[in-house]
Amino acid sequence: MLLLLTLVAGAAWAAPYTPTSDDDVLEVLPARAADPGMREMRELRAALARNPTDANTALRLARRYYAEVAAEGDPRYIGYAQAALAPWWQQADPPVEVRVMRAVLRQFSHQFDAALVDLRAATDQDPQQGEAWAWQAAIHMVQADYPAAREACEHVAALATPIIGTACRAGIDAITGHAAEAAAALQAALAAHPDASPEEQLWVLTRLAETQDRLGRPGEADATYRRALALQITDGYLLAAYADFLLDQKRPAEVLVLLKDKTRSDLLLLRLALAAQALNAPQRKAWQDDLAARFEAARLRGDATHQKEESRFVLALQGDAARALTLAQANYAVQREPADARALLEAALAAHDPAAAAPALQWMASSHIESVALQALAGRLKGPTR
Amino acid sequence: MSWRHLGLALLCWAFIGTAQAHKPSDSYLSLRVGDQKAGDQKAGDQQASGQQLSGQWDIALRDLDFAIGLDADGDGRITWGETRAKHAEIAAYALARLSLEADGRPCRIEVPQQQIDHHTDGAYTVLHLAIDCAGPTPSQLTLDYRLFADLDPQHRGLLNLSARGQTRTAVFGPENRRQQFALAELSRWSQFVDYAREGVWHIWIGFDHILFLLSLLLPAVLVWRERAWIAAERFSGSFVEVAKVVTAFTVAHSITLSLATLGVISLPSRWVESAIAASVVLAALNNVWPVFHGRRWLVAFCFGLIHGFGFASVLADLGLPPDALLLALVGFNLGVEGGQLAIVAVFLPIAFALRRTWLYRRVVFIGGSLLIALLAGVWLAERVGNFKLLPF
Repeated sequence: MLLLLTLVAGAAWAAPYTPTSDDDVLEVLPARAADPGMREMRELRAALARNPTDANTALRLARRYYAEVAAEGDPRYIGYAQAALAPWWQQADPPVEVRVMRAVLRQFSHQFDAALVDLRAATDQDPQQGEAWAWQAAIHMVQADYPAAREACEHVAALATPIIGTACRAGIDAITGHAAEAAAALQAALAAHPDASPEEQLWVLTRLAETQDRLGRPGEADATYRRALALQITDGYLLAAYADFLLDQKRPAEVLVLLKDKTRSDLLLLRLALAAQALNAPQRKAWQDDLAARFEAARLRGDATHQKEESRFVLALQGDAARALTLAQANYAVQREPADARALLEAALAAHDPAAAAPALQWMASSHIESVALQALAGRLKGPTR
Repeated sequence: MSWRHLGLALLCWAFIGTAQAHKPSDSYLSLRVGDQKAGDQKAGDQQASGQQLSGQWDIALRDLDFAIGLDADGDGRITWGETRAKHAEIAAYALARLSLEADGRPCRIEVPQQQIDHHTDGAYTVLHLAIDCAGPTPSQLTLDYRLFADLDPQHRGLLNLSARGQTRTAVFGPENRRQQFALAELSRWSQFVDYAREGVWHIWIGFDHILFLLSLLLPAVLVWRERAWIAAERFSGSFVEVAKVVTAFTVAHSITLSLATLGVISLPSRWVESAIAASVVLAALNNVWPVFHGRRWLVAFCFGLIHGFGFASVLADLGLPPDALLLALVGFNLGVEGGQLAIVAVFLPIAFALRRTWLYRRVVFIGGSLLIALLAGVWLAERVGNFKLLPF
């Protein structure tokens, strides 16, 4: 019921009303008050309130909040985590662990350069900060700085489990011209470490599936995605990636099943809407309106972290190629992963503006990425224009 | 090194570049600045109605639960009953974190009602705002927004401000907590009209001024001949008489209104108010026991000077736009004139028509004057003694 209301309400200034019954449920909170997770957060919050400059408590609370974000993707917890670190937020030289946490929170809102500054300072101060190295690797990947990413991975490998080390390196190899070897390495790592934690396996399987997909091996990719799903860990990224794969494979009906009831997440709602469009399903208009409202809400607050998704939305569901291109370009200025390049290429193609695709094409050439989809798009862009 | 942490970190690698799934915290604040007649004041109230601003503030229940707790029974669901029980606390919490100033004057905000609305990320309480910024429509609005600043630095206040047909938006956050908005280029003309309207209004609710004027006008249709009042012969005579009185009054109060407003002269208001009341008493009594019967315009002029100070305090209460002081002054003054002329235009023909009747000569003129004198006498006592006897 609530969901329906949310979908129907749409515009920011819909009509206020007075509920008729005191028992009407207006909002379902993330968890019940008695839930152990909630209780833990409350206790930490109370402890921090008594002593706001206690770095240990602050860090525990911030990490607890961040874990919520990772699990549910709910960004309010980022704000709460930042508030927990308020005494150190503006400091030039906070304690090392606070610094790393600060970087993690900043990268969430795509403040990559600021995050890198903090992470580098952290590892300079304490080279054993494995978390800081891992995040550095991740950000370098987003910024397509592969040599720096490799260097960070070496540090990660020295500090983490072997499977993580392999996966870190293979993740870079997969998009720098050694995709087949990377896939093989990932598969070998999985086989060699059956005792790896489910989270680690999830991560490796996701990377493997993406690589297999890019190599043009859909059967293998499908099997790998399913293996990852079988781990029963709710992971928004995995669901989005598999949904994109299914959409590419022209299997939209399976997307509706895969993402059933997951409309709360903007990412997943996008894939649902794309699938509904392909099928001309009845929920198509409602989901489309809801997404439009959400992007509008983000625009109102000056939030520019969804531009890739908005570009896809605008292009596929609103047919506005020019706007999609602007969004994709703005996104590519900040993030340069394969998915970002793909959004730019698709938008440039639709807008009949091959010159706009130049940055992505250059990246493809310099990285030597092997991707069936990207190469097809590049071919169409360079080919004879219609 | 916690491997789980590392694993989590690498998992989170997957989250870079993927946007937030839900939504960060926002509140939606809508303000409307409209032109409203300053007509719903009780008579005698010196301040103009400040009800030109209205608004609505939508705040997420989720955020309020995090801040002050709404889920009374802890079952993870916020019901209407639970929300209603906390309405007063919600309003207090929110209003303590929002301030509004109109042309530098702080506004009072109250929440007469709360409803519910749904935005993309859930249910919000809708605080209907009753805003009182005393004075005419402001030309500048300043907002200070601090909601959830200590709990969630990512929270943003999204303002939608509509004034004079123009809408604009703004985002409030820790980096821009306090913002100023110059309302749509207040056309000189509309400012002028605003103040003129205030002028008209204040003469109409200014009973003491009206009664003073009336006291001087009542005998205008009569002439004092051989120690008796007789009806004036011709309308033109009365008309000229009225014109002289009104003009003298106008010129006089314009002078002192301007001097006081521009800060050249300043008199204590209690003295001014008392003197005004005294002037009404004298003018009224003069009708019954004429002392001045020839040069009524002179009386109008002299007492008009005092009345001008009375208007000045009203104008000061309204607040003057620093960049359009003269405009406001002239507008207000003309408004006062206009109001007076309206009263005269109604009064004169009727009075002239009735001037021969016993009704007019005894009841209205003498009786009315005595009543006015009595009333003004009470005012005088009130103002000198600084107490209130009458409701007006």
